[in-house]
Amino acid sequence: MAIFLDENSRVVVQGMTGSEGSKHTRRMLAAGTQVVGGVNARKAGTSVGFDDVTLPVFGTVAEAMEQTGADVSVLFVPPAFTGDAVIEAVDAGIGLAVVITEGVPVHDTARFWAHAKDSNTRIIGPNCPGIISPGKSNAGIIPADITKPGSIGLVSKSGTLTYQLMHELKDFGFTTCVGIGGDPIVGTTHIDAIAAFEADPETELIVMIGEIGGDAEERAAEFVRDNVSKPVVGYVAGFTAPEGKTMGHAGAIVSGSSGTAEAKKQVMEAVGIRVGKTPSETAALARAFLTS
Amino acid sequence: MDLFEHEARDLFERYGVPVPRGFVADTPESAREAAAKLGGTVVVKAQVKTGGRGKAGGIKLASSPGEAASAASAILGMDIKGHTVHKVLVTEASEIAEEYYLSFLLDRANRTFIGMASATGGMEIEEMADSITRMPASAFDASAVFSPDVAEEVNAVASALWKVFVSEDATLVEVNPLARTKSGRIVALDGKVTLDGNASFRHSRPDSGSEGDPLEVRAAEKGLNYVKLDGTVGVIGNGAGLVMSTLDVVALAGAAPANFLDIGGGASAQVMADGLDVILSDPSVRSVFVNVFGGITACDAVANGIVQALGLLGDRADKPLVVRLDGNNAEAGHRILDEARHPLITVAHTMDDAAGRAAALAGAGKES
Repeated sequence: MAIFLDENSRVVVQGMTGSEGSKHTRRMLAAGTQVVGGVNARKAGTSVGFDDVTLPVFGTVAEAMEQTGADVSVLFVPPAFTGDAVIEAVDAGIGLAVVITEGVPVHDTARFWAHAKDSNTRIIGPNCPGIISPGKSNAGIIPADITKPGSIGLVSKSGTLTYQLMHELKDFGFTTCVGIGGDPIVGTTHIDAIAAFEADPETELIVMIGEIGGDAEERAAEFVRDNVSKPVVGYVAGFTAPEGKTMGHAGAIVSGSSGTAEAKKQVMEAVGIRVGKTPSETAALARAFLTS
Repeated sequence: MDLFEHEARDLFERYGVPVPRGFVADTPESAREAAAKLGGTVVVKAQVKTGGRGKAGGIKLASSPGEAASAASAILGMDIKGHTVHKVLVTEASEIAEEYYLSFLLDRANRTFIGMASATGGMEIEEMADSITRMPASAFDASAVFSPDVAEEVNAVASALWKVFVSEDATLVEVNPLARTKSGRIVALDGKVTLDGNASFRHSRPDSGSEGDPLEVRAAEKGLNYVKLDGTVGVIGNGAGLVMSTLDVVALAGAAPANFLDIGGGASAQVMADGLDVILSDPSVRSVFVNVFGGITACDAVANGIVQALGLLGDRADKPLVVRLDGNNAEAGHRILDEARHPLITVAHTMDDAAGRAAALAGAGKES
């Protein structure tokens, strides 16, 4: 099993005709993803050729879903148009919208989140690398060839730290890796992914990667304490980050005394999560659980 | 993106949040003129993007234009928590009867916006945490916090402040203190505004004039995601999380990182050269740790980028580099670096090992 995305997922790409969209559509296809089409109102009715397939471009997400049975959308839409594109996907009733775009104004994210909250759409991102269920499907920009299917579930705010851990633990492999993104407001949280991994019979161990800013890790730790029976290994980046400086991700900022890596680590450890000091130590902790 | 107080004041005025009359001055003489125009007692306030100005002596009352000039002369050039004062805001002084607190901000946990208000204000927010009432921004009502005689007026201020928040794509608008003067006026005596940099494309925002480190300014001009820190090991990596992690690993190796620099996914030779150029211009840097995990980017391309960047920089590249490449095409990347035999480059195979070597080369760390 996998969470949120599996071999039956049928993917449309909003922004497939752009340079990033077409580059990553090709990569998703190579990873075995069932990409069934693209969406671009200005290029409706045209098609785009990839290595082995030619994919149709639809005018709307609703039309793409109706024609192809798509249930996942991956968005490579420029930041100024991302808010409306997500709302369009939600209104069409898509099951999962993976928002790769970086630089979306947080007021727009708050708007599309409010719109999606009571809908059937799960949003991942924005400003995220997407989600991969290795060997089954890849929706986003995570490199598919650095790991293999296995028994670990991973959820992370950071793209490259996700890749690092996928690579270090490739001998065990992963059920699903979810990059939730580094923005202050994200559609899928650590808690959402951890709850799904807890319910997934094939996931034996959960790795959660956090970073400075906000209190998502603290809230996830409370959730783990009350609801999770599987072992959880964690990592937090940003112990050396100074107060008041945004460290690359829009959400990665220590404000006053809140949002520090040390505080997150302490809360996580207090509920029994084993927290590594470095990515390799984190991988070693996961390894120890899986081989014991 | 934090604004200076005077910029926040201007935004407040534009949207109808009541503020005291005032002018910005960058010399004692212009502070004197400002005070003369305002008449009566004025307040001269240091313009720095940090708290604690009052305690540092950065806020002074002046009862004449001459006093305003000497207050400005004392404040301009002052260092407040590492921020140099280049400007002062001269405003009319208010006779304060009561001080309140009012703000709108992002509520990350609930993925929405909230309003916060308190009938006691004027202190650091941490000191009044217990007295603050939090409300959903859409249901903000001052009468939940304030006595009936001021609630209506505070609601009017809140409504104007909310307009600033929404129209300007802010993530924080804060008035502290919001004062009731002895004459019964409600006025925003100090304000803090943080704007969402991601929304700059739909606003014509004046350059707030960086008071930041010159290297940060230079890096920003080149479009680099760079933050200056205090240590001796320069850091370049791809991805914000990995770079933060790299800083931590350097610290664990016993050295201190000199900067945060995320060159993102591409890592072309030009971006690598721009990044190295900024880092090598930092006189406190003694070694550089390049940490790249090739996900989409292939490590051979990154290795070529590093070699070419050193070529582009020529004699300006004069400090040792420890390079750790992992992931996609890492072996090919290592081969390129080995073949280049560049005297400044050391190849390391793990983050921990690389951090140890970079720390040792910087003359710090556990091995030295």
